[in-house]
Amino acid sequence: MAALSDQLLVVAILAYLGAMLLWAAENAFGGRGAVARAATRELVGAGAGAPASRTNSGDLVVVERPETTNSPQFVRRRAVLGRAAVAVFGLGVAVHLATAATRGLAAHRLPWGNMYEFLLSVTLVGAVAWLAVLWRRPALRHLGLYVAFALVLLLGVAGMVVYTEVGPLMPALKSTWFVVHVSAATLASGVFLVGFVVAALYLIRTGHEAGKERFPYSLGHRLPDSSALEPLAFRLHAFAFPIWTFAVAAGAVWAESAWGRYWGWDPKETWAFISWVVYAGYLHARLTPSVKRTVVAWIAVIGWLTMMMNLFGVNIFFSGLHSYAGVD
Amino acid sequence: MSLLRNSWRQLTSMRTALVLLFLLALASIPGSVLPQRSVNIDQVNRYVVAHPDLAPVLDRLGAFEVFSSPWYSAIYLLLFVSLVGCIVPRLRDHIRVLRSVPPEAPSRLDRLPQHAPDVTHDGGVESLASALRRRRWRVAVRGETVSAEKGYLRESGNLLFHFALVGVLVGVALGSLWGWHGNRLLVAGPDGAFCNTVQQYDEYGLGTRVGAADLAPFCMELTDFRASYHDSGQPSTYQALVTVDGRARSFSVNSPLRLDGANVYLLGHGYAPILRYTDRDGKSQTTVAPFLPIDDVLTSEGVAAFPDVNGRNRALQMAFEGLYLPSAPASGPFLRSEHPEERAPAVMLFAYRGNLGLDAGIPQSVYRLNPRQVAAGQLSQVGEPTLLRVGEAWTLDDGTKVEFLGTRQWITLSVRHDPGTVIVLGSVACLLAGLVMSLLGKRRRVWFRATTPGSNVYEAGGLPRTDYPGFGEEFAALVRQIGRI
Repeated sequence: MAALSDQLLVVAILAYLGAMLLWAAENAFGGRGAVARAATRELVGAGAGAPASRTNSGDLVVVERPETTNSPQFVRRRAVLGRAAVAVFGLGVAVHLATAATRGLAAHRLPWGNMYEFLLSVTLVGAVAWLAVLWRRPALRHLGLYVAFALVLLLGVAGMVVYTEVGPLMPALKSTWFVVHVSAATLASGVFLVGFVVAALYLIRTGHEAGKERFPYSLGHRLPDSSALEPLAFRLHAFAFPIWTFAVAAGAVWAESAWGRYWGWDPKETWAFISWVVYAGYLHARLTPSVKRTVVAWIAVIGWLTMMMNLFGVNIFFSGLHSYAGVD
Repeated sequence: MSLLRNSWRQLTSMRTALVLLFLLALASIPGSVLPQRSVNIDQVNRYVVAHPDLAPVLDRLGAFEVFSSPWYSAIYLLLFVSLVGCIVPRLRDHIRVLRSVPPEAPSRLDRLPQHAPDVTHDGGVESLASALRRRRWRVAVRGETVSAEKGYLRESGNLLFHFALVGVLVGVALGSLWGWHGNRLLVAGPDGAFCNTVQQYDEYGLGTRVGAADLAPFCMELTDFRASYHDSGQPSTYQALVTVDGRARSFSVNSPLRLDGANVYLLGHGYAPILRYTDRDGKSQTTVAPFLPIDDVLTSEGVAAFPDVNGRNRALQMAFEGLYLPSAPASGPFLRSEHPEERAPAVMLFAYRGNLGLDAGIPQSVYRLNPRQVAAGQLSQVGEPTLLRVGEAWTLDDGTKVEFLGTRQWITLSVRHDPGTVIVLGSVACLLAGLVMSLLGKRRRVWFRATTPGSNVYEAGGLPRTDYPGFGEEFAALVRQIGRI
């Protein structure tokens, strides 16, 4: 069963890679995805010089920017590629789920016992969160390129760098709080991951809109309007933040019964606190009109860096009570 | 005076709060990068030895006690002052809002973000108002106009969240004032029992307002310790069986022993070999020496010292440094146990004779020989290292004899009392509830006004007071339910 899980991981990575290529092809076929264009429709007042807000909605005309590559043939091909990408991505999520499930069956427990299994679960949550976003906002479909890229990267690291043989849990991990604490941390991390990708895309897009041409801003012309990306990033973070708070609180309750104190500034605890403070700063900055939205997005990027530091940096460089990573 | 007022305004502004938040995050980083005294004192000591030039400078800056350093405290205290300065006026405003009625309708409802020109509702203004009340809107009727508002939970939750943060700080402060802890190693058996006084702990810490006499009175004996292992040697379960004031209790990792006024936590365990030494006069002494594990399979090191032997001659004191293997291999080398369980217990002994240096008055480890005495030639090794299995004896060159009688289990435990825990837990529960309320809640207003006096046709308008993308749909649904368009 453990070997099957390892083989499924390879299949899942290949499926995400395939989805990534299909999305790349969709993006490459001319200007923008047909649906992304809808997000950038411009409202133009009918009367010359008359402010749009003064007229009734009946007088407003929706004008689409002319695109040379918007011939029906291109649009159709893009739609086919995009739908194929989503299908392959969905297949990847199913195989990914099977990877985690077989791993759990092989170990006779939930697959959250070490860093490899944690990464496997975080990326699974991220992939499912992306499917949820796709379902609610089909217009963002072609952004899957970046999500798939992040997933391939993280799963590759999981499989090649921090892979651990399947094994039983240590006594300290045998607790109801193991399920509560780790599932909440996994869920929050997965949603933060998608939130980070959207925030980073927002930064690229605003850079592009401000006229920057260099890489990575050159990617910007294939992205939806920044005014569509920014609220999505906020909603993802606002959804994940209470879950992260709960994960830290549940960890504190568990720490009280396992180690005798609810908080002890163990490196993992310290970095969880740092992430919490940075994301709290993000929410506050977002609600403060005088703070620029690009600054807000940068805070989200910093927040994700602290999460990555907690996952990789703390497990690998520091020794502490959370030494379950199985990484030497 | 104006300077004061301005600096207060500056401190309580959101911009300052944001800067302080990021300073707090930044200031926490050294606490994870550098070893901390409160987390692991041994790591700090090793760091000081490894960096003799840098360490004193860092120490003066409080870098080994980041989370209790003055600069760290300054940041979070300023943050909390800024927080309180911000939320107290907001609480006042919010209470005023909660006690007031929804405001009058604007003169032009068609200018609002949401607008419906003709909503037909039979039964008059009062019926319309009660229909809104049933949907949990706060309603005010003024003549032919109904004003309604909803979503006060947003601000209530927001304030609850921030006041709960203050509650967390209060709970933490209570814990450091009235909390205490003590750690010790406890060997199984009646002679190993201890009572809860500071002298009985290997290491302890008392809160600022706690005296040594304030500790909860109880005595505890370890009667048995049970561990089970997988075949690989990885532990599966631990259980400590104790008697507390004569009553049998048990506890394990993740389920501490909760006593009146103190909790007892299981931190670690190991074996204590029992050695009997018979000296030149034929007198026997037995000692139970806890050995400390050095790896996952409980290969353990320690020392059994016999200072009062051989006619109390200081030059003939005896000590046995040993390596204990719970599952010793059938043949050498005897360096590592094969399993943490006691399947073939054996102890490798290194005998030393001479002055143990116990009278010098310098505190020293009971788990190691005094290296200074060995280096000074005061203490020298006798014979070759010898492996003893249970029941075996080793006769030394002077005719004295050491026997390995077996082992006892020991555990390390932490006894703790923190009166702030309940307050912190309650505050965190409020904090979470407040957070969810403030993120889900949306403040919005709607108005209905009869198109002509006495008419059953109303003009409706809606205004979201916060960022709320779904308001259009909610307004349309509300209008549909209230009337027949």
